[in-house]
Amino acid sequence: MWDYTEKVKQHFLHPKNTGEIPKPDLDATVGNITCGDALRLMVRLDGADRIADAKFQTFGCASAIASSDALIELIKGKTLDEAAGITNDDIAAYLGGLPEAKMHCSVMGMEALQKALAQYRHQPFALETEGQVVCKCFGVTDKLIDKVVREQHLHTVEEVTHFTKAGGGCRGCHREIEAIIAKVHGQPAPAPQAKPPPPMTNLQRINRIQEVLAGEVRPLLQADGGDVELVDVDGKRVQVAFRGHCAWCPVSDVTLKGAVQAKLRELVDPEIVVEDVGEHLTNG
Amino acid sequence: MSKIIYLDNNATSAVAPEVVDAMTPFLRDLYGNPSSIHTFGGQVARHVEQARESLAALLGADPTEIIFTSCGTESDSTAIRSALACYPDRRHVVTTRVEHPAVRNLCQWLGQPVPGRAPYRVTELPVDSQGMLGLDEFKAALDDDTAIVSVMWANNETGVLFPVDEIGALCRERGLLFHTDAVQAVGKVPINLAKQPVDMLALSGHKLHAPKGVGALYVRRGTRFAPYLMGGHQENNRRGGTESVPLIVGLGKAAELALRNLKQEQTRVRALRDRLEKGLLAKAPGARLNGHPDHRLPNTTNVSFEYVEGEAILLMLDQYGICASSGSACTTGSLEPSHVLRAMGVPFTAAHGSVRFSLSVYNTPEEIETVLEVLPPIIRRLREISPFGREQLAAAK
Repeated sequence: MWDYTEKVKQHFLHPKNTGEIPKPDLDATVGNITCGDALRLMVRLDGADRIADAKFQTFGCASAIASSDALIELIKGKTLDEAAGITNDDIAAYLGGLPEAKMHCSVMGMEALQKALAQYRHQPFALETEGQVVCKCFGVTDKLIDKVVREQHLHTVEEVTHFTKAGGGCRGCHREIEAIIAKVHGQPAPAPQAKPPPPMTNLQRINRIQEVLAGEVRPLLQADGGDVELVDVDGKRVQVAFRGHCAWCPVSDVTLKGAVQAKLRELVDPEIVVEDVGEHLTNG
Repeated sequence: MSKIIYLDNNATSAVAPEVVDAMTPFLRDLYGNPSSIHTFGGQVARHVEQARESLAALLGADPTEIIFTSCGTESDSTAIRSALACYPDRRHVVTTRVEHPAVRNLCQWLGQPVPGRAPYRVTELPVDSQGMLGLDEFKAALDDDTAIVSVMWANNETGVLFPVDEIGALCRERGLLFHTDAVQAVGKVPINLAKQPVDMLALSGHKLHAPKGVGALYVRRGTRFAPYLMGGHQENNRRGGTESVPLIVGLGKAAELALRNLKQEQTRVRALRDRLEKGLLAKAPGARLNGHPDHRLPNTTNVSFEYVEGEAILLMLDQYGICASSGSACTTGSLEPSHVLRAMGVPFTAAHGSVRFSLSVYNTPEEIETVLEVLPPIIRRLREISPFGREQLAAAK
């Protein structure tokens, strides 16, 4: 369940500005049905470039509909120059805030306004027509990502996704988004680096140690009438007990260090320390 | 808010009053540990075993084949990991694209390279536009390297039933282990594991009117098994951890009720579902059914309303106390619509506007009539707001 403010609910359940304006002076649509939300903004001007009336049509969730209604409330009665200054923050603030993951709804409102203005003034709509499409799932350009990262002081891919949807689909563009964030904040792009493998779990280590003892160590000792058993593994401390000849052999300490520890260090973990606890066992 | 009309039983279900009553003594007075030697503790073990018998009866299983767990996800994880541990030389997993995340995310993780183990080969079988699995494709996916086949009994979003008997028979022919996530099926369709070729089956208590926090795993006698939770000797050394006696007793009671209500699910609940579905498809233009109309759970319907968005529908229904779910992107917190509907090739125009209603024996005809009154105007209202669909819907008329 989303935590929507009362204001969002009110503008979602009872929007005041839905519908169509016949022959609008400004008419722009952003988003599309595949992405899950789209907003058509229509504006009628009076003689002095002042917004006399505005309506919206929106396909989308509650916050998309509420953001659209809020946008209209904010621009009505304003001149185009005044309206041009309205940002997605203004829309979110008007609604008493939006859940973080829904901020892209307010950005959609801002985009629709910018696109309508650009078309009316016969200017290119930079956010859509310039730059490269970074997120192919949602058709988001580097221009828009750059703008939002700059204005909202975003630092993570997740934040960018909340505001623009970019990176929310196949995740294939996360590296490119990271690079844009780094560029905006004046850092060198992070170089892809291989992560070191996480340490083995105790269970994995025990299994591996048992394999090595069974396959590499015990056959050697057994050939001399001796044997070794695994008693316990505590982190990198491996406790073993020698059996048969090895248990009484005065040089078993040499055998121990020489054969068992070296093998385990080689094949399991270079920091392994082997201890002989056989005495305690045979006595107990 | 008006009275709640709860049509989201595939998400979770009301705890039956009988279940609450059965559990209460074990929350209040009979708090003993079933492993204890003293009479006070030991006496509760009898009730745990009784619950095991009730659940076994619902499944047509032997009580010794039931392991109580904490949830459906634990049961699924235990089954799949056990198969991989018992057949370490086999490196192939067969599943479908429409599994619940409990199976799907585990299988996808198994397919990833993880330090310390090589990635498994994971085959995710596709489904057709009605959500059905093709048996020829299934058969072709099996090989001698297959460690486990995991295919759900019924899909949680569409209710579509999978051909478990045929799948199980094909697995037996090749000597392969078959696990099924039956979380949505248990209590809604007849299950008789004495006759059906299933090796492991996962179920969850809270989908059949027991509380959350308890599930079970059926493991056919003679199936190789490696425990997931290691610890004490509980559950015959197959699942460590002190038994949650109240929850297990609750699940046992719920199983008893489910067995008694099974016929009602197949008749009365099915009739309510059909009434709702037919009414919506007739009254709301641009409505379409997702999933096979016949091979389905009796309680589930998934309907898409084209050119409107699911979250908006749900929140408007919420105003009337009506509870349902959606496969829309916005309701999940992700930005993409349901993986089940996408696997079925449902167009985005419809996937975003999908609503799932899942009924239970507690629903009434009056509730269904209320939804049929309330929902079509909501769809019309949202269509008026939407910039899409006018021409398409007009052309379709």
